[in-house]
Amino acid sequence: MEAYLDNAATTRAFDSVKNIMTEVLVSDYGNPSSLHSKGVQAERYIKDAKEIISKSLKADPKEIIFTSGGTESNNMALIGTAFANKRSGNHIITTRIEHPSVHNPLLFLEENGFRVTYVPVDNEGKVIQEELLNAVCDDTILVSIMYVNNEIGSVQNIAEISKGIKEKKPNILFHVDAIQAYGKYTIYPKREGIDLLSISGHKIHGPKGVGVLYVRDKVKIKPIIFGGEQQKGMRSGTENVPGIAGLGQAVKLIYKDHEAKISHLYSLKEMLISEVSKIEGITVNATSSDTRLTAPHIVSVSFEGIRSEVLLHALEERHVYVSSGSACASNHPQLSGTLKAIGVKKELLDSTLRFSFSVETTQEEIEFTINVLNELVPILRRYQRH
Amino acid sequence: MYKAFLIKYAEIGIKGKNRYIFENALRDQIKNVLRNMGEYIVTKEQGRIYIECPDGYDFEETVEALKRVFGIVQICPVMILDTTDWEPLQEAVGDFVQVKYPDRNFTFKMEAKRGNKNYPITSPEICIEMGAYLLKRFPELKVDVHRPEVKIMVEVRNKSYVYSEIIEGPGGMPVGTAGKALLLLSGGIDSPVAGYMISKRGVTIDAVYFHAPPYTSERAKQKVTDLAKLVSRYTGPIRLHVINFTEVQLYIYEKCPHEELTIIMRRYMMKIAEQIATDTGCLGLVTGESIGQVASQTLHSLAATNEVCKLPVYRPLIAFDKQDIVNIAEKINTYETSILPFEDCCTIFVAKHPVTKPSLKVIRNSEKALQEKIDELVNTALETKETLFIQ
Repeated sequence: MEAYLDNAATTRAFDSVKNIMTEVLVSDYGNPSSLHSKGVQAERYIKDAKEIISKSLKADPKEIIFTSGGTESNNMALIGTAFANKRSGNHIITTRIEHPSVHNPLLFLEENGFRVTYVPVDNEGKVIQEELLNAVCDDTILVSIMYVNNEIGSVQNIAEISKGIKEKKPNILFHVDAIQAYGKYTIYPKREGIDLLSISGHKIHGPKGVGVLYVRDKVKIKPIIFGGEQQKGMRSGTENVPGIAGLGQAVKLIYKDHEAKISHLYSLKEMLISEVSKIEGITVNATSSDTRLTAPHIVSVSFEGIRSEVLLHALEERHVYVSSGSACASNHPQLSGTLKAIGVKKELLDSTLRFSFSVETTQEEIEFTINVLNELVPILRRYQRH
Repeated sequence: MYKAFLIKYAEIGIKGKNRYIFENALRDQIKNVLRNMGEYIVTKEQGRIYIECPDGYDFEETVEALKRVFGIVQICPVMILDTTDWEPLQEAVGDFVQVKYPDRNFTFKMEAKRGNKNYPITSPEICIEMGAYLLKRFPELKVDVHRPEVKIMVEVRNKSYVYSEIIEGPGGMPVGTAGKALLLLSGGIDSPVAGYMISKRGVTIDAVYFHAPPYTSERAKQKVTDLAKLVSRYTGPIRLHVINFTEVQLYIYEKCPHEELTIIMRRYMMKIAEQIATDTGCLGLVTGESIGQVASQTLHSLAATNEVCKLPVYRPLIAFDKQDIVNIAEKINTYETSILPFEDCCTIFVAKHPVTKPSLKVIRNSEKALQEKIDELVNTALETKETLFIQ
């Protein structure tokens, strides 16, 4: 038996995603910018995908820009907005638990004359709204906040935050990194007061190398990639037609019977939390009195006295695949900023694993994982570093 | 212009009756580094090795490969002429100068060798005649026999060879001429360099890596095979034995004082390595140890780890400073891989204050606690070893 519980890192592509991509790669392989019929044929895939995605967001197709993935969407949202609005101010607000693809572009902007305020979160991983609103000033041009945290699954109250900041300063732009949220939540940017929204394909059973940046109509941002003026000059480069077609397909499927899918995820989450809590010396991080207030697919657990990497490899030997902290941060030996920010004890920082599910995860996989954990944890605790 | 290389070697030349062994090894090593690059013809002839290159070969790539063959002292790109007749030879040397040195404002000297003693013109005569011809054809040239800027070499054998450029080779002895040794390869900076150094003296290398899953990851093992592959660019193919060391390590951890853990663990590594060496015909062990670098590399510690094995242990880096080792690692291109941050089995249970001056008496006494199961665990580790062929 195998249990792939690393779906916040990436997911298996749906079969129909593979099929449509193969079709584009070998049959309808034209360049959408070409004037002949092969080009038109390719362009149709982009139009279709745009239609599906904009519908899922209750947005207009012209508000959709295709990118190379979540990282590029975040970079474009932040750098593009900052550079387009620097006359109005140089201040940006974000949180202390953002993904590196938000955090690092902000460091770049700091080197280029912008000022960034990093608002703290409480121990459930929720932004302290009062501090956030206090940070808003005349110079604030942009607020960037992640919808669902990739390491602990905390969920921000996006609509409320938007309302708060816009009441204080109406022309602030609001960017939401929804890479872990899209496909899990129904997100309508206009209803929730979102100006820019980042989406990634491979977190929702679509292909890697493709993502979306939603840019609300009338919002001005500058491109960060220059070239042949594709996508109205906002994002040059021949469109990744197979990727875009695959993404469209994934979105179509992920939002089908959506409620049933999500309650399946929550039932897995509840099961894992209740079983894992029976093991001695473990802490489930960023829990809430109501699990349904946290993301349906992410559980962060600290195992006292075991290094996460060791447990991870021991699980791997038994074909249980998980991440330590966040996969994006775990290739570096550095410890997670998010876990620190929610007040995880220092000695547990390097003892934390992330379990993450997808709609394809089964109850059996969770049961299997629990059994393996029950077996391994006591053995591994016998041998500790001194 | 160049279609061939003339390879010169030094130390081999003085090996008396064994010389052919060294020459054959050198030829084989040259063939080995060129094997995936095309149809090169490597021949041995009168104390020289010639490499004839296929059409469309890549000059830089070929030179880079040859620079990794121990035993080569000089690599000379050479123009070969099928004839030895004087007229065409003269003209060819002239064309050589014309193409290779478009700016002919330099001083030169002719050097000639007659491998074929029946050739009607003697070596000094070749120099004089050829020099005169060149001066006439290119009046800008000047002769300087003491400190020439360019030496133009002509060798007349069954064919004629013309060259002027000499590229330095790595020196050393061809791999395969000095027996085989077993390298203890970790994921660090030192051990790949130690393998490179020992191999430079002609020693063939096998390697052993101690893997400790789940404490060390699949990526750590991949890193070691990557390092072995980089080292094999110099040493030729390496057989890499991977030992699953977890059980032995955990047993020591359970039974022995923690500050002695590293020393005792290394003693068992040496024992296991020696057994593999004996089983596979290796005549010694090679480590990347260097005095004082870490607690387990003080003279006391080295004496304590050395004590368990009878085979000689070669430590080519023993008196090197870290920076010198890093410099070589950068030169042989292993440094970048070595510093990837994966734990190896030496660091996972390291004590805060490991002993730096272990006493053999104390260590032996501590090891008594292992008597019950250790032999069995060591045997299992040996029996379950995985052997990878790296090239």
